[in-house]
Amino acid sequence: MSSNISSGAKEIARAVNARECSAREVVEATLARIASVEPQVGAYLSVLEREARDGADALDARIASGERFPLAGVPLAVKDNMALEGTVTTCGSKMLERWVAPYTASAVRSMLAAGAIPVGKANMDEFAMGSSCENSALGVTRNPYDLERVPGGSSGGSAASVAAYEATIGLGSDTGGSIREPAAFCNLVGFKPTYGRISRYGLIAFASSLDQIGPLTRNVEDAALAYDAMAGFDPMDATSVDRAVEPTANALREDLQGVRIGVVKQFDTHKLGNDIDDVYDRALHDLEALGAEIVEVELPTADYGLATYYLIAPAECSSNLARFDGVRYGLRVDGNDVAEMNERSRAAGFGPEVKRRILIGTYALSSGYYDAYYVRAQKARTLVARDFAKAFESCDLIAAPATSSPAFRFKSKSDPYSMYLMDYYTIPMSLAGLPALSVPCGWVTPEGGERAMPLGLQLTAPLFAERALLSAAHAYERATMHASKHPMQIAEVTR
Amino acid sequence: MNYEAVIGIECHVELKTASKMFCGCANRFGAEPNTLICPVCLGMPGALPVPNAAAIEYMIRAGLAFQAAIPAFSKFDRKNYFYPDMPKNYQISQYDMPLTQGGVVRYWLEDGTIRECRLTRIHLEEDTGKSTHAGSNDGRIAGSSYSLVDFNRAGVPLMECVSEPDLRSAEEAVAFLEMLRRTLMAIGVSDVKMEEGSLRCDANVSIRPVGSDVYGTKTEIKNMNSFRSVRRAIESEIARQRALLDAGERIVQETLGWDEANGTTISMRSKELAHDYRYFPDPDLVPMEISAERVAGVRAKMPPLPIDRFERYTKEYGFNVKQASQLIEAPEIADFFDRSVAISRQPQQTQNFVLGDLSRLANESGTPIHESPVTPEQLGELVALVDAKTINSKIAKELLARMWAGEGSPKAIVEREGLAQTSDPAALARFVDEVLAANAASVEEYRAGKTNVFGFLVGAVMKNSRGKADPAAVNALLRERLGG
Repeated sequence: MSSNISSGAKEIARAVNARECSAREVVEATLARIASVEPQVGAYLSVLEREARDGADALDARIASGERFPLAGVPLAVKDNMALEGTVTTCGSKMLERWVAPYTASAVRSMLAAGAIPVGKANMDEFAMGSSCENSALGVTRNPYDLERVPGGSSGGSAASVAAYEATIGLGSDTGGSIREPAAFCNLVGFKPTYGRISRYGLIAFASSLDQIGPLTRNVEDAALAYDAMAGFDPMDATSVDRAVEPTANALREDLQGVRIGVVKQFDTHKLGNDIDDVYDRALHDLEALGAEIVEVELPTADYGLATYYLIAPAECSSNLARFDGVRYGLRVDGNDVAEMNERSRAAGFGPEVKRRILIGTYALSSGYYDAYYVRAQKARTLVARDFAKAFESCDLIAAPATSSPAFRFKSKSDPYSMYLMDYYTIPMSLAGLPALSVPCGWVTPEGGERAMPLGLQLTAPLFAERALLSAAHAYERATMHASKHPMQIAEVTR
Repeated sequence: MNYEAVIGIECHVELKTASKMFCGCANRFGAEPNTLICPVCLGMPGALPVPNAAAIEYMIRAGLAFQAAIPAFSKFDRKNYFYPDMPKNYQISQYDMPLTQGGVVRYWLEDGTIRECRLTRIHLEEDTGKSTHAGSNDGRIAGSSYSLVDFNRAGVPLMECVSEPDLRSAEEAVAFLEMLRRTLMAIGVSDVKMEEGSLRCDANVSIRPVGSDVYGTKTEIKNMNSFRSVRRAIESEIARQRALLDAGERIVQETLGWDEANGTTISMRSKELAHDYRYFPDPDLVPMEISAERVAGVRAKMPPLPIDRFERYTKEYGFNVKQASQLIEAPEIADFFDRSVAISRQPQQTQNFVLGDLSRLANESGTPIHESPVTPEQLGELVALVDAKTINSKIAKELLARMWAGEGSPKAIVEREGLAQTSDPAALARFVDEVLAANAASVEEYRAGKTNVFGFLVGAVMKNSRGKADPAAVNALLRERLGG
């Protein structure tokens, strides 16, 4: 076999299309890896053994008859908030623990059409609400670089599975940082495209105006390939953008000549501690060495991002999650009448963080508070977007930390607010709908820890400038190769 | 004391688009339960709504029909409340930026008086599913042991039309509703069938002393299933409020249900406490931009409106209210009539044919007039032939029957068969003289004073002419020949 599961998506697809190895062989190797490390990692809520084998055989037959696929045989982890027909799709919640999706999400469908093979449904914070994956009601996922630490969230299962070589591409969803933060924690590239670039049809909504699907991968090229497969207008999603998509994977650069990179004055990395500050300082030097010009930009309203986000997202979720009432699908706990059945089902089906956000959102939308909270938050959101637009007048990309710390230990963020702070650097981009990614940028050994943990550099581009964004990340990745510098705590994959 | 009623109507009308409001499922009444459903209209996790462009066009039509403003921007909002037949537990509706604003319904009363009732707005939303409660004797939820939900109706486009409190009697309220129904049907946006639930309405009713400009406390009546029950419910509610005020009591603001069997309104207050619907813009849908060009495009394709027809028929053509209403009631018949008149230039005679002989033929054959072989243009020709005295009414009737059978243009038949009425004196004299010669006995009787044989002789002459003789001329000539 000339390709194995440590390869990138491009190499796997090349080998499978060239029939140097079969998709079935790739799937078998992946399933073997899953069987070996999953007891330690716990990335998946369900492993799709039968479906993956059948899918691989069907793909091999099509390739034998002459068809070719850009992601032929590439093992895919699907976050468990995306519908995949015939599979249990739980959202990490007791509410949907046994719900079998009757249809397939458009983004997943695109990946299937490109030849990718879903091997499992990945764990996540319940209904994508969380930054550590600890809010999953259905399982614990561990960070492969330190099993005592969280993988990040909410796309923690997707991140851990790709980091542990249990998949080559992971699909995640990012509402306020849920792709970028776990990518940073698990030494991956995590890419959230412009809002509207990838269809949300079939993505179980948390906050509709912020949710965006994107890939988690071990290198920028794989992220670009996944983006190229999924981006584009979908008539099933009224918020998807009807605008031409330029392919990115074939346009990745090796240098940053002529690229102006903005550093946000308001994002002071000194307060993150010397070790972390050093990593980000070094990242800016590396960008400069590649030919980029570093300029200072201002995002005066960035500090309001967190408060704004924690009104808008809960408001939307309070309405989006109303459908889980025990009537048509999901968990039902009987009561004496419909209202009592609704109440009991929701009380039993939702975990504490989901309930907290439903309550916050219901309050923010209530008559008498709507103007003071929801309307004001929408205004603040507009200001944040304007700040970015202004900043992009003097730069092409913005560089910032992805997170304020590396992956933390389980149960170390016990009050909700300290957990919310994890998304401080990622939320403003979500509010503005901008494309942003996290790329590995160095390592730190957290205080009291023994193992080096990865950090992520967050790059942000103007709306629809995915190509420039991925290109710059690729140049930086090639020049620094931070991702390959420290071992995992689990068995490395055999090459 | 003398009171006047103040009434406002709120109604919901299902639009008859081919598919539902936010998905591709068929929009059809009467199918097997839960056969017209998909992930979107079932509110499945992850499913998303996409607006139906036809429904938006129908809304623009409705707005134009009632002279409403069509704002350049509009949006959908979520109305949040829990109800088991509402799949998402929110209804996609419109809150502060409806597709149409203002407008007026001009309607007529039985005596032909035209009145106006202003509209507040018309907005677009989605219908809910339908619950059936089993185990209770009366189909109500109270006492039932289980409920069944049919989601075929969930997601059907629903237009909510809210009037200003401009109506002053039950008669006006019903006439307003009739007008709404007629108009929405004429512009092709709805079946407007109360019995199938494609028109549902509530009435807000209050009374005040005549001459007062302050509104009294209002009540809202629901559950009225026909225009007849709307009339009865409003009349009953006005009487109830009057009796309360006369007795020195106060009206309580509440929601009432109409009990058709007992002819009374019943308080439904219990679960109707002030809802907080937590409206907010639906983040799954982008705001709508309605361009002036789009509105102009819809306007250019608007069919004639019932109120315009009514004014033309009664004022220009001199029809009575019943005749005008009868034509307008079925837009296809009114279309047929209008096209016929364009040829015949004789509204009254054309109307006589349409509502008379043609309607009779339609009833007898079961084929609607507009689907029969008779074209409006052919009928127009026929009326013109009668009007020009080219044929008489008897021939006209015969011709119409042949046209109905598919024989085509009446003009062509008349020319081909020489059926034109004759007033040539020589020919007439020949027809008359032949009859007099062949009926000497009758002539004797007439001359002996039995003048009632005159009619028989006229008939014989007409028959002799194969109907072509002008009956008036035959009359005159016969009298002359019989000597007075």
